[in-house]
Amino acid sequence: MYPNYEVIRNEKKCINCNLCLNQCSNEVFYYENEELCSDDSKCVNCHRCVELCPKRALKIVKSDHVYKDNNYWTKDDLEDIYRQANSGGILLSSMGNPQKYPIYWDKMVINASQVTNPSIDPLREPMETKTFLGKKSANIKRDKYGKIITTQPPQLKLSVPIMFAAMSYGALSYNSHESLARAATELDILYNTGEGGLHKNLYKYGKNTVVQVASGRFGVHKDYLEAGVAIEIKMGQGAKPGIGGHLPGKKIIGDISKTRMIPEGSDAISPAPHHDIYSIEDLRQLVYSLKEATDYKKPIIVKIAAVHNVSAIASGIARSGADIISIDGFRGGTGATPTRIRDNVGIPIEMALASVDQRLREEGIRHTVSLIASGGIRNSADIVKALALGADAVYIGTSAMLALGCHMCRSCHQGNCNWGLATQNPELTKRLSIEQGYKNLVNLVRAWEHEITDMMGGMGINSIEALKGNRLMLRGIDLNEKELQILGIKYVGE
Amino acid sequence: MKLEGEVRIPSGCAISGIFSKSGERIKGDQIIKSIAVMHDRSNGLGGGFAAYGIYPEYKDSYAFHVFYETLQDIKNCEEFLNEHFDVINLSKIPVRKHPKINKEPYIWRYFVNPHETKLQSSELGEDEYVAQCVIKVNATIKGAYIFSSGKNMGVFKGLGYPEDLGEFYKLDEYAGYCWTAHGRYPTNTPGWWGGSHPFNLLNYSVVHNGEISSYDANKRYIEMFGYKCNLLTDTEVITYIVDFLNRKQKLTFEELSEIIAAPFWSTIDRMPKEQRELLTYFRNKFSSLLITGPFSILVGFEGGIMALNDRLKLRSMVVGERRDRVYFASEESAIRVIEPKLDKLWSPTGGEPVIVTLDEEDDKEDDK
Repeated sequence: MYPNYEVIRNEKKCINCNLCLNQCSNEVFYYENEELCSDDSKCVNCHRCVELCPKRALKIVKSDHVYKDNNYWTKDDLEDIYRQANSGGILLSSMGNPQKYPIYWDKMVINASQVTNPSIDPLREPMETKTFLGKKSANIKRDKYGKIITTQPPQLKLSVPIMFAAMSYGALSYNSHESLARAATELDILYNTGEGGLHKNLYKYGKNTVVQVASGRFGVHKDYLEAGVAIEIKMGQGAKPGIGGHLPGKKIIGDISKTRMIPEGSDAISPAPHHDIYSIEDLRQLVYSLKEATDYKKPIIVKIAAVHNVSAIASGIARSGADIISIDGFRGGTGATPTRIRDNVGIPIEMALASVDQRLREEGIRHTVSLIASGGIRNSADIVKALALGADAVYIGTSAMLALGCHMCRSCHQGNCNWGLATQNPELTKRLSIEQGYKNLVNLVRAWEHEITDMMGGMGINSIEALKGNRLMLRGIDLNEKELQILGIKYVGE
Repeated sequence: MKLEGEVRIPSGCAISGIFSKSGERIKGDQIIKSIAVMHDRSNGLGGGFAAYGIYPEYKDSYAFHVFYETLQDIKNCEEFLNEHFDVINLSKIPVRKHPKINKEPYIWRYFVNPHETKLQSSELGEDEYVAQCVIKVNATIKGAYIFSSGKNMGVFKGLGYPEDLGEFYKLDEYAGYCWTAHGRYPTNTPGWWGGSHPFNLLNYSVVHNGEISSYDANKRYIEMFGYKCNLLTDTEVITYIVDFLNRKQKLTFEELSEIIAAPFWSTIDRMPKEQRELLTYFRNKFSSLLITGPFSILVGFEGGIMALNDRLKLRSMVVGERRDRVYFASEESAIRVIEPKLDKLWSPTGGEPVIVTLDEEDDKEDDK
C-alpha cells in the first residue's frame, strides 16, 4: 500500500545535520548512496523531525495517491481489509474517536450580558473558580446548643474545575506522570494515576492525586489506596466501552513491573468487567469496601463510559454510595484500543452529560453526587459549555498530552512515541523534561482559567457555581428539536 | 406573543418598604406615595404591594388572593379549594375603577383553614400542606393563579404603574406594620397580572430589582425539592430559595443571606476558624443557591423584613430610620418623600443583610 503521508525534504535548505535521522524512532530516514532518503511507509506523521529541523527543511504532506473514486468504499475501508486479510488480527488504534460525528460543543453558543444586567470585568473584580466535589445533603443539622454541624462526607477541593484524566504509568512514561503530578500540585487541582499503580517517588504528590482501581487491580494495595485524596473505580472508558485494557509485556519492565506488581515481560490484561461486579449491587460492595479500607476519609469516584443507557446507569451509581461520577464520552483518548470499538461504540459526552444531569435532578438526587465530564475537552469554551450543561468539573487527558508535546500521530499503541510520552524506551522517555513538561501543563490550565473567567464575567457571573447547570447561558445552533430537548437548551434567537 | 412564564423577561425596577418595629399599623397611602416618586424606574408594565398585619380579624387563617381568567376557572379552583380547605370567608377583593388600570382579571379573596382530615391524611405540616396546594393550583388549574397565600398578610399586584394599582386596590383602606412595593420595568410585555411582583408563598413575599445571572442554576437546584418555577422570574426563584432555607431548613435570615449572597473566598479565608468553617460549609453545600448578578431584594416575612443586595452591590438600595420606623428604597428620595427627617440613613454594602423584626414587647401586647 502506498503510504498515507510523504516526507518532503527541501534539499536547498537541508544542511545534512542528520538530526532527523537520529531522532526518528520509526527509522524513516536512512542513507543510500550517500544521500539522505526517507521510507514514507514508516512515517506516523508525529512531526518530531519537522519541529526539530534547524533549517525548516522538512514537512509532511498527505499523499495524493488515490483509489478509483467511490462514495461508498473509502480508502480506509479498502486498506483496513487488506491489512486484516494479511494479518488475521483486529485493528488497533490510539487516541479518541476521530470519525465524522456531530461535535455538539460547536453547536452551542454562550451568552453575554447587555444592558439589562452588567457584565463583570475579571481584571477589576474577584472571579471565583474554586470547586468542591463530593456528596452533599440538602439538610441542616444543629447540635443541642443550636450550632450548625458542619461535618460533611469527604470533599475534594479544586482551584479550577479541571483535572488531569486517568493515564496509567506504563502507558505513559515516568516523566509524563511526574509532570502531571507536579503540575496538579502547583495548580492546586488533581491528577489521576490511571490503572497502573503509583510509582513510589510520586507518593509525595498525594494531596493532588486520585488513585484508580480498575478491573485488573494492578498496583492496588493498602498504601496505594491511602496515597491519594480520592479513589476512582474505573468501570469503563470512552475510547473502549465494554472492553478491558492490554498493556503489552514489552512495556512491563523495571519500575513498571514493580509498580503494577506483575512480573517483567508479562502482558497486563485488564478484564472487560470487574469480575467482582456483575451488577449494580456488586458495585455498591466495592464502593463500601474501598470506603472501609480508607476509613470513609476519601470520596469514591465511579468512572463510566458514555453509553446508551447512561442516565439510568448514573442514577444507579448515585444510589450506590459513590460520591462522584465521572462520565467519559466517545471522543476520549487511549493508548491503545480496537479501532472498530473506538469508532463505533459509545455516545458523545455532551449528550451523555446533559441527560445524566437532567435525570439526577428529576430524581431529586443531583446534589448527592458530583459529576465530572470528560472525553474530548479541547479548550476553555468546551469547559464553560460542559459546566453550563451540568458538570461540576472536567477531566482533560488528550489536551494535557498535547501540552506535554504530543502531536496526535495516534500511534501510542506502537510504543515508539518520538516525544517520549507514550513509550518506555529510555532513549525516548528522556526527551520529555519534567521541568518543562509541568510548566507547559501549568501554563495551559492557567490560560484556560483566564479564558473561563473572561467568559463568566461576560455572562455577569463571578463565581463558577452560578454557571453550573445554568443551561439558559447556552443556545443551540444547527440542531434539531430532539437534540435541543436532550441538551435542555433553547435555539439561538429564542 | 408569549406570556410571562412561557418566556423569561428581564426587568429593571424600583422597590420600597416601610416597617414599624413597634407594630403600629401604617396605612397604605404612605407606601403608594413612596413608590410613586420612583415613577421613572417603572414603565407601567407591572407593579404591586405586600402588606403584613392587615387581616387581624382572620389572623389564624390563610388568606388566598386569586386571579381568574374566566368564570369557569373560578368554578374549577373553588372545587379544589373546597375539597382541601374549610373556606371561612370568600369575596371579591374590593377595587375602585381607575382610568389607567384595565383588563383586570377576576380577583378573589378566600380565608381558609386546611381541611382537618385531608391535612392529617397528608401527614404534612400545615404550612407544607398549604404550600403544596398552592403550587398545585398554580401549576395545574388553568386560568387560576393564587398570588398570595400567607396569614394576616396579602399581596396586591397587577399590570400598570404601582401608584395606580395602589389606588385601584384601595390600599389606603388597609393598615399593616410592614409594607413593600414594587414598580417594574420589564423589557417586554408580561401579558398577565400574575407575572407582576411581589411574589409570595405562605408568609414570604419578595420584591426584587435586578436580573440574576445564576437564574437557571438556582432554578434547576430548587426544583429538585418540589418547587415549580412557573413564571421564570428571579423573584419567584428567590422566594422559593428563602422558603426552602428558612422554613424547611430552619436557617436564620442572617445565615441564608450568607448562602445566597456569600462572601468571596478571599474574605472567608481571612475569617476566624469557626466562622470560616461555617461559611465554607455553606458555600460548598449550597453552591447552587449562590445568586450572582445584580439584585436588591426586600423579603417580607411574619414579624419582619430583610433587605439584601448582591455581593458586588450592582443595584442601588438605601435604608433610613426614624424612631420605630425603618424605610427601604431603591432611591433616597422615595424615603424622604414620606419621612424628610431621618435619624439615620445608610447604604448597606453588597451582601450585608439588614434584618428588622417587631419589638418583642409589642408582640405580647398583640397577644392580649
